[in-house]
Amino acid sequence: MADQDTIRQVEELKKYKYGFETEIETEKAPKGLNEDIIRFISAKKGEPEWMLEWRLEAYRQWLKMEEPRWAKVRYEPIDYQDLYYYAAPKQQKKPKSLDEVDPRLLETYEKLGIPLKEQMVLAGVEGAPKVAVDAVFDSVSVATTFREELEKAGVIFCPISEAIQKYPDLVRKYLGSVVPPGDNFFAALNSAVFTDGSFVYVPKGVRCPMELSTYFRINEKKTGQFERTLIIVDEGGYVSYLEGCTAPARSEHQLHAAVVELIAEKDAEIKYSTVQNWYPGDEEGRGGVYNFVTKRADCRGDNSKVSWTQVETGSAITWKYPSCLLRGDNSVGEFYSIAISNNAQQVDSGTKMVHLGKNTKSRIISKGISAGKSQNTYRGLVSIHRKAHGARNFTQCDSLLIGGECGAHTVPYIQAKTPHAKVEHEATTSKIAEDQLFYLRARGIPEEEAVALIVNGFVREVIQKLPMEFMAETQRLIGISLEGSVG
Amino acid sequence: MLLEVKDLRAVVRPEEDEGEAKEIIKGLSLSLDRGEVHAIMGPNGSGKSTLSHVLAGKPGYEVTDGEVLFDGENLLELEPEERAAKGLFLAMQYPVEIPGVPYMQFLKVALNSQRKLRGEDELSTPDFMRLVREKAQALGISMDMLKRPVNVGFSGGEKKRMEVLQMAVLEPKLCVLDEIDSGLDIDALKVVAEGVNALRGPRRGFLVITHYQRLLDYIEPDHVHIMANGRIIRSGGPELAHELEREGYAAFVEDAA
Repeated sequence: MADQDTIRQVEELKKYKYGFETEIETEKAPKGLNEDIIRFISAKKGEPEWMLEWRLEAYRQWLKMEEPRWAKVRYEPIDYQDLYYYAAPKQQKKPKSLDEVDPRLLETYEKLGIPLKEQMVLAGVEGAPKVAVDAVFDSVSVATTFREELEKAGVIFCPISEAIQKYPDLVRKYLGSVVPPGDNFFAALNSAVFTDGSFVYVPKGVRCPMELSTYFRINEKKTGQFERTLIIVDEGGYVSYLEGCTAPARSEHQLHAAVVELIAEKDAEIKYSTVQNWYPGDEEGRGGVYNFVTKRADCRGDNSKVSWTQVETGSAITWKYPSCLLRGDNSVGEFYSIAISNNAQQVDSGTKMVHLGKNTKSRIISKGISAGKSQNTYRGLVSIHRKAHGARNFTQCDSLLIGGECGAHTVPYIQAKTPHAKVEHEATTSKIAEDQLFYLRARGIPEEEAVALIVNGFVREVIQKLPMEFMAETQRLIGISLEGSVG
Repeated sequence: MLLEVKDLRAVVRPEEDEGEAKEIIKGLSLSLDRGEVHAIMGPNGSGKSTLSHVLAGKPGYEVTDGEVLFDGENLLELEPEERAAKGLFLAMQYPVEIPGVPYMQFLKVALNSQRKLRGEDELSTPDFMRLVREKAQALGISMDMLKRPVNVGFSGGEKKRMEVLQMAVLEPKLCVLDEIDSGLDIDALKVVAEGVNALRGPRRGFLVITHYQRLLDYIEPDHVHIMANGRIIRSGGPELAHELEREGYAAFVEDAA
């Protein structure tokens, strides 16, 4: 009986979904970027006038800006007039069962230990609900329970386009307040054309009743090309948010330029974790995603705290510096990073910790692993301002090299404008020793697994910062990312 | 026969094609059966450790002649991990540190990898924990020790005791102990030897490589071989070790030459 109901519910959902998609399909913006395209996007989203003006202003600034060239990454020039900025999600032919899904994809799911039912959802099998009614029953009901629970707590969690409609005051107050539209070339581009992303608001004194990662685990959402995320945690609130997925993500777009803004008011805490596994391209890096991201947190209030944890394994090029502005006194910023590059991947990533308030603390733990012919750069800034008496920073950058053709680079910038601060920087570079490999192999562990074990040991400190349910999967992902790097 | 080494010759491959390959093992033969403990004694540079590395399949050595049969099978064509899965264990003179990898995890991955290579089912976590707890207790190893990263910050005695724990958990058919006594004081040596003796049995063989007779007071061998210049120059019973202790290596080496 319950099953019958579920099937009916699911059918209803599908009707709605397909109708919606068909409608969008008929309207698609032509290639290229100009003010009309931006007006079109804004109109499609039914946005208020102020939002359109904001976008246009960003676009005008972008026109005057130049693409940054200081990162240690090399790529062919991007023709921004040759890209689509608004296109309905492609009506892909969905596989009818797992039998029709690329076996290599399934193999990866298998290795990651993702349950079969979730595999169907991730692979976008047509009518996955029908085949596995209970799985959908679970996910629909679980998702609904989550939603109710969030509402009860007063937490707002919705697509940013919905937030612009429903909570214009909050959005106007905070959007662009951490990453202004003219902050940098890619942030300006994103501000002009973003079409999706998430909005989170945690009110005063509320501890978000669940890890928002748990929610995503059930409702796997498609990430867009120009994502915009805005998370606000009001006084004394707390939220943990996970972006991405260990499962390999294919993208129709080569260029991804996301902006993430976090705002922590007094006594608030935000934990933001990312597992990035975009398509890295073939062995030469062809066809891989360019990931140019601006992520910044504003620890606005006293005693606020923001932790960034990232596991970067995918993309052909990664350009990303999740940062913290430590404005409130006693505020704390943390950055825990694992960046793995193999084959022809290029990573230029790190963080900026800007100490403005008194007794502010920051901690940076970066673990870079390079294999193949890849280049992996840590680039970080620790800046202590004049009034930041008692500020403290600890930075540790460790690089691990696998093979003799890759590169690891550490570029720390330190600026201290007060003598009343303490800044520590430690850096190591090591290679996987032949002795370590032989020791493990002599105990019965095949070479690739031995490398994965050594690397997982190397990054352990950071893995432990991830939400529990992702720890084991991430460990396996690290093994998979390094396949073919030895021998 | 558990292990048969016939006219083995092996060279150390020079790094990056520099210089000529140097022959270290120069025609060595040895037979060892289940239930037997053989000791190989020899001066520094006689090729004892090289023999253990060649048996375990360490990269950097090349066998130029002869053969090694393990349980009747050609050992030399197997990868190191396959040799381990077939039941060959090399207790190393210098156990290697693996930062960040808890000992427990390492043991579990090792045991289950071996089982997988042998086509057996992996051991579940509770079964594995039970097994390790029992074996660790017998060796006086605390569970806290097993939470620490592999060999990082361990004393010489602790490292060697953990090698014995690995043997107890992995249950190999042949244990090759490469100078397991090096760097141990007498108390640590006793603990390690007791652990080894507890593993002796009719189905398992031991090849004990040592420089000093002292170890053989605690692990009593059935056969003693003296090795010099890449081959075995004399074999005998336990009394040979005592003779060697009295007269020194020089006398034997001169005789052989």
